[in-house]
Amino acid sequence: MAGLEVPTWDPQAAILIGAVLFEAFLLYVGYGGLEKLIGPRLMEALVGGENSA
Amino acid sequence: MRTVLELISDTLGGTLGASPELLALFVGFGLVVGILFGFFGMGGSFLVTPALLMMGYPARVAVGSGMAFVFGTAVIATLKHHDLGQVDYKLGGIMIAGTTIGIEVGRASVFYLEEMGLAGGIISVVYVLLLGGVGLMVTRDALNSDGGSGGGHHDEADKDLSEYEIPDIAKTIQQTVRIPPMVNLRGDVTVSLWVIMAVAFATGLLSGFLGVGGGFIRMPAMIYAIGAPVPVAVGTDLFEIVFSGGIGSYLYGQGGGVDLGIVVPLLFGSALGARIGSAATSVVDADGIKIYFGGMLLAGAVAVGVGEVGSYLGIEILETIGLVLVLGAAVVVAAAVVYTSLRSLRATRSQQTPAAD
Repeated sequence: MAGLEVPTWDPQAAILIGAVLFEAFLLYVGYGGLEKLIGPRLMEALVGGENSA
Repeated sequence: MRTVLELISDTLGGTLGASPELLALFVGFGLVVGILFGFFGMGGSFLVTPALLMMGYPARVAVGSGMAFVFGTAVIATLKHHDLGQVDYKLGGIMIAGTTIGIEVGRASVFYLEEMGLAGGIISVVYVLLLGGVGLMVTRDALNSDGGSGGGHHDEADKDLSEYEIPDIAKTIQQTVRIPPMVNLRGDVTVSLWVIMAVAFATGLLSGFLGVGGGFIRMPAMIYAIGAPVPVAVGTDLFEIVFSGGIGSYLYGQGGGVDLGIVVPLLFGSALGARIGSAATSVVDADGIKIYFGGMLLAGAVAVGVGEVGSYLGIEILETIGLVLVLGAAVVVAAAVVYTSLRSLRATRSQQTPAAD
């Protein structure tokens, strides 16, 4: 837990956290799109038919 | 004065210079961790810090990067719960305010008790009572319910929030404490603002007193004291982790403790793994695999112990064995999840085919 140390402004630390946040958003949208796009076909190839999962 | 672009380039370029083999290892490990997190709803991220320690990273980098990874994972999980309407931002905001004050009082109490020489003993007793109490309450509730449908989390996620039964203790609190202002929460729950503040303060106090993240206290407290439906408690807890993880990562980042060369590939793999693990819950009975999960935790504990002994005695092979054990156990459980899911899907498919004919 971070506790309550009062963080001072540090641009480098802010960029690090911003990069993680940006990647998280990007991955959420990207993998979500990929799942919709190739998910059913991938499942068909793996299981051999339609599934509702 | 350096431009913003130069600063970004220095920060990202300096930390993303890992070798391709190491990047691939982290993506793979992230995938495994993600499958475990997505399937069991917990456990996985706690593997990251010990694994990094065993790989020889300094404690500051292992903890800081682990925390940044938890932050990223919490952001993704919160987005998913947000899409399902399972994050109560009003509850989250009040909880953050109350928890923050509680943490500060908890920390001050520890310093006060330390001066009196009583901190160690009292903290241990509170820890045992708290864990025992939460464990007993959850177990009693599980035994009183219909014995566990075991169908994974997705059946629960599909339920309407207002269909969740409010625990008796939460109902009593809601009916007894009617001090205005009253707050309406998701799932048709109306509760006094002061109850939420008291719960948030108490969980923050314990969190600051025991020096723990507090998720294991906060989630049951939201369910049993406030009466929040389980998915809302989970989603709102994740929303709080975004804040605590974000601030923690920022503080570690200031001290050079966040390595993007570790966090970026780990998150890349885990975001995909979490989708696979989460999808697997709808086809596999989680109870059947819980035994593997317990075994993995034990193997992880043994691995950390073996690694520590190796490090203490200067025997490098023991450290390597420890690392192989912890990674191996996680890989085996994740593979079991995927294998069992595919087998179950194939079995369902073969049963459906003759029926369709």
